[in-house]
Amino acid sequence: MKQLIAFIKKEFFHIFRDWRTLIVIFAIPAIQLIVFGYAISNDLNNISIGILDKSNDEFSKKIVSKMTFSNFFKIGHILQSEKEIEKLFKSGKVKEVVIIQQNFSKSIIKNGIASIQIIADASEPNTANLAINYTSALINNFVQDISKTTAIVPPYSIEVKMLYNPTLQSSWMFIPGIIALILTLISVMLTSVSIVKEKEYGSMELLLVTPLKSLTIIIGKVVPYFILSIINISFIFLLGHIFFALPVQGSLFTLYMLSTMYIILALSIGIFISVNVANQQVAMLISLVALMLPTILLSGFIFPIENMPKWLQLFSIIMPPRYFIEGLRGIMLKGNGFQELWINFLVIMFMTFIFIILSIKRFKSRLI
Amino acid sequence: MEAIRVNNITKSYENINALSNVSFSINQTEIFGLIGPDGAGKTTLIRILTSLILPDEGNAYILNLDLKKDYKQIRKIIGYMPQRFSLYMDLSVEENLQFYAEIFGVSIKDNYYLIEPIYKQIEPYKERKAGKLSGGMKQKLALSCALIHRPKFLLLDEPTTGVDAISRIEFWEMLKNYQNEGITILVSTPYMDEALQCNRLAFIKEGKILTVASPSEILNNYPFNIYDIKNENTYQTIEYFKKIIPDAIINRFGQSLHCSTQLSFDEIIQATDINNILIEKIEPTIEDCFLWISQQQ
Repeated sequence: MKQLIAFIKKEFFHIFRDWRTLIVIFAIPAIQLIVFGYAISNDLNNISIGILDKSNDEFSKKIVSKMTFSNFFKIGHILQSEKEIEKLFKSGKVKEVVIIQQNFSKSIIKNGIASIQIIADASEPNTANLAINYTSALINNFVQDISKTTAIVPPYSIEVKMLYNPTLQSSWMFIPGIIALILTLISVMLTSVSIVKEKEYGSMELLLVTPLKSLTIIIGKVVPYFILSIINISFIFLLGHIFFALPVQGSLFTLYMLSTMYIILALSIGIFISVNVANQQVAMLISLVALMLPTILLSGFIFPIENMPKWLQLFSIIMPPRYFIEGLRGIMLKGNGFQELWINFLVIMFMTFIFIILSIKRFKSRLI
Repeated sequence: MEAIRVNNITKSYENINALSNVSFSINQTEIFGLIGPDGAGKTTLIRILTSLILPDEGNAYILNLDLKKDYKQIRKIIGYMPQRFSLYMDLSVEENLQFYAEIFGVSIKDNYYLIEPIYKQIEPYKERKAGKLSGGMKQKLALSCALIHRPKFLLLDEPTTGVDAISRIEFWEMLKNYQNEGITILVSTPYMDEALQCNRLAFIKEGKILTVASPSEILNNYPFNIYDIKNENTYQTIEYFKKIIPDAIINRFGQSLHCSTQLSFDEIIQATDINNILIEKIEPTIEDCFLWISQQQ
């Protein structure tokens, strides 16, 4: 036990004396959170649109003002005729043009029907899609409004309700992914690098010629990074709460249970890498290529797993972060507990078990 | 009394024979030297004896412990100083020493008397990071760490390589103190002059032990008269002596050459007919002996 404490103390000296490690641990999570939270956002704000209001009457003005005052749109151009449309799209000044037919109010009152044409620049399909959806939502809203104030019964009405993330904030979706990413960075990469470093600098040679047991060396390496990871996720939860009002619907206990188990899994992957490679560059490369990229691309962090081709979906089944991200979203947004997430817990536990067994088999108490 | 017994150890790396059939023994509290050129297999042999590498064949017994079976116990009683400085560069002198004391389950105080002569010299810099120490200081720290648990068997892999002449002399003085403390020492070195400091030594070349004996035995068993010959043109002189004494062993030693032959001093003077030459009968050095033994193989 004394040996282990001495080892852990030494490990903390290494961590706190290397400014690069400190940056990885403390600066990168904050930067990632802000970059992903704000910059890489799927939400639309202030899309510039053009308006061609051919009737300029009571109802058409209502629609225009609704669009003006929503945060989604800003009126970039008021058109006078349809001829301007093509030039406007080509110049890229607007992403969408809304054309309101002549005699809009009259037509509604008289016939109960009127038309609005929406033209979108689909060179950016995502933006076009979202813009059209938002516009339709606003028009629906308008239809409901007039049905309340007048006797007119709208021909249809659609009600959309977003569950769990009512304002569709993409930051809520990203933060669980960022947590997985950061844990991969700290637990997998730093752990594997720190063991491989001992091999590379020759200090492993000296450590092996001591009464230290292999298990003490491994635990001594893992404990500091475990503590740092726990501190780190708490830090990210806190930042998420402060900057993005990220909720935790489920219990904090389940949240920390899941995180702790995933950290142990990540650490065991880190150890597995380190017992198999000989130098720091390879360790870093494997952590990055084999884990960071799949975490970002294949675990449902950014791209929904359901949208992937079948073979990639199969591949994502073996991606450890998938189960963590899914679990985190469940706990934070849906208020899930063990009952709903037991599969995730079980898979994480099973994977940890596999990696620990493999690592112990591969750890050498000799040099060759 | 025999402390270490090495039996027929063989080790090869991908078709290269690093060690073939190495056998010798080291007596209790002896300074045993492993002398040989670079690439002779010294490091491999030392690593095998520290239990870091398993031999392909053969075995060794360290203080009656089986190298293969009892390696865990062996690791408690040996002290090892690798050729490359392997302590933590980002830890201070004191932190390094403290760490090694703790993992061996001792306190620095317990065995301070043992390392005091060396550690005292680096103690003024105990706050300094090990990476910022000079070569000689690093060596002293590494030795302190290897000794802090008071090992019974100390293995030093080329401890004096890259260390200045004065520190080297000090270093060997130190080793003699540890010998008096009852520690058995195995030390490898590429420097022939250091061989004289050992109680016994093994010449090793290309993975084979050429001879095991005390320095005086090796020197006394040298079968030739040996002459130190100086001349302005060393190269021509070598060619000249090869011609006039065909069976002589002639090796270049810095500015002069050593000529080993059965001829007496008078005979060699008579045979020589060039001017400006200085011939001096000398005692053989350990290097002469090594060269002769390795040429015989």
